[in-house]
Amino acid sequence: MKNPVPPSSRARTIIEKIWDDHLVAAGVDGAPDVIGIDLHLVHEVTSPQAFDGLRDRGLRVRRPGQTVATLDHSIPTTDRDLPIADEIAAKQVARMEENAREFGIPLHGIGSPHQGIVHVIGPELGLTQPGMTIVCGDSHTATHGAFGALAFGIGTTEVEHVLATQSLLQRRPKTFEVRVDGRLHPGVTAKDIILALLSRIGIGGANGHVFEYRGSAISGIGMEGRMTICNMSIEGGARAGLVAPDEVTFEYVAGRPHAPAGAAWDAAVEAWRHLPTDEDAEFDRSIAFDAGELSPMVTYGTNPGMGFSITDRVPDPERLADASQRDSLRAALAYMALNPGEPILGRPIDVVFIGSCTNSRISDLREAARLIRGRRVADGVRMLVVPGSTEVKRQAETEGLASIFREAGAEWREAGCSMCIAMNGDQLSPGQYSVSTSNRNFEGRQGKGGRTFLASPLTAVASAVTGRLADPRAIL
Amino acid sequence: MSREPFVTLSSAVVPISRGDIDTDQIIPARFLKTVNRAGLAEQLFCDWRYLADGSPNPDFALNRPGMAGRSVLLAGDNFGCGSSREHAPWALMAWGFRAVISSSFADIFRNNALKNGLLPIEVPPEELARLFALAEAEPDASVTIDLETQELRLHDGSSIVFHVDAFARRMILDGTDELGYLLSLEPRVEAYESTHAPRVDTRHTPA
Ligand code: SF4
Repeated sequence: MKNPVPPSSRARTIIEKIWDDHLVAAGVDGAPDVIGIDLHLVHEVTSPQAFDGLRDRGLRVRRPGQTVATLDHSIPTTDRDLPIADEIAAKQVARMEENAREFGIPLHGIGSPHQGIVHVIGPELGLTQPGMTIVCGDSHTATHGAFGALAFGIGTTEVEHVLATQSLLQRRPKTFEVRVDGRLHPGVTAKDIILALLSRIGIGGANGHVFEYRGSAISGIGMEGRMTICNMSIEGGARAGLVAPDEVTFEYVAGRPHAPAGAAWDAAVEAWRHLPTDEDAEFDRSIAFDAGELSPMVTYGTNPGMGFSITDRVPDPERLADASQRDSLRAALAYMALNPGEPILGRPIDVVFIGSCTNSRISDLREAARLIRGRRVADGVRMLVVPGSTEVKRQAETEGLASIFREAGAEWREAGCSMCIAMNGDQLSPGQYSVSTSNRNFEGRQGKGGRTFLASPLTAVASAVTGRLADPRAIL
Repeated sequence: MSREPFVTLSSAVVPISRGDIDTDQIIPARFLKTVNRAGLAEQLFCDWRYLADGSPNPDFALNRPGMAGRSVLLAGDNFGCGSSREHAPWALMAWGFRAVISSSFADIFRNNALKNGLLPIEVPPEELARLFALAEAEPDASVTIDLETQELRLHDGSSIVFHVDAFARRMILDGTDELGYLLSLEPRVEAYESTHAPRVDTRHTPA
């Protein structure tokens, strides 16, 4: 049934406002709504079969100008002048290039100054703007929600749908308010906020919902921290997560290559000011916590919901009442080779990875560089710093961050997904432990048999220089 | 484009009781470099299914005697969490699965599965526990999935009602696909586009 109150007079969340603005056709006879898509981001891994589908049906891309592609997942982060050694990856890259050419889609590929992780370049180019609907065949598309956009991951069949029609069949999501007030203590970051949320609700805790992150702690965080938070919405099961746009958002977007300019800018900002959730709007669910109560977080298990304060002790599966949770925790601790009751702090580590669409932007690199400056990566530890985009890399080099990392003994690499997903040869060996600023610690995610501790860039640096899982507050 | 319409399905189950089985376990990322769907059947659950020396892990459900040819997977809660890779349902189907039964599914996995005609069948947690108990007591007993009546019938004569998204259900029963439906709405898309100017033009190369 349609809501009898016209959308304009009913108190609505930002999520509902964006939905209503993009309604192509309301669902009838049990069919889902059809919503229009403003921006479609494409990468090499989840798109080839979708382009084949178009070819099979003799279809074109409906809106090439609202579509943009990059190469990020399977490309090497070593010297870009060399051919790709992995033949299968090389073929996938070539296929992306061919598809982009054939269907007239702009591709920021190898050699482009705009190449980078798909969720880093969208915002960087100013393509990501408030109030938009944004999709990508990638579950971390929620990153763009930091701008007050409704952004979510889709499968390859849906990629084909969007390529062909610039629209999608979708059911209206439920809304989930995440209110974080208070102030973060030094050494505690946006990454710790999202890991704390996930540890509270668990990995499937928000299935069927979209998060709106709000509260003074969220408004007090810069755009790149907001992206870190929204990025991991999917790890709680929420397909999207967003933050209402404010002055911080407008300032970040202004002047970017694809941002509106002149009178169009003023009109856009005026429209964006109507996006935030109405005062009386209701959410289907809510959770609240105080940023001031948080300490640096780290995961101990094999999904991002298995996290705790870095000063905590490994939980005991036998204390869990629920049998399936007990089994999962047992299996996770066995995989991680951790024992119930032992402290996590001080665990020896092998690799530190700073990168991924969660934490590879310039502000992440600045914070990490500030902490590592004048220190050295501990003997026996390998540290990789992988900027999120070619532009972030260039900027970090200009600012002298790259040399700080190099002097500390870290590897400074080309932009891409790298050890976040270990498709390109950057990977852990079986049994190795990493401290990683990425978003997933699933078994084998960073290489078969590899063990991942997810943490913030500050915790990653503190651990790199100590050679053990370390609390960044000790060395601030 | 159409698929085989879905008719009633009867099969014994393959039980994997772990909860939160993520798509990195269903199909590890290193296999996503493919540009088609070849080889996915062998790569399904690869890191659980094979030992370090490449031989089948005898303790893993798929490798137990009598499992080949079964088409229903019984899995722990929150099945399919993690990435959006459609390779996950493709790999499950390539192995022979046509349905997964769990107490909940991750949203993107559920969507991807339905779009490929792989049925995600959600049952209450206590029914899932009962199904696992039955699968242990009588490993070769069949379950019957009736999508028309949305009933899961067990060999003991009992049945469990489930619910599949009405639209997706219709598509699967008829063997039609959603893109055909979306394309039929083109006039609506055109009307929408006439009042919603593109917000960006990705083709204009930024300075
Ligand atoms: S950095 Fe990791 S999570 Fe982000 S898009 Fe790449 S593979 Fe996915």
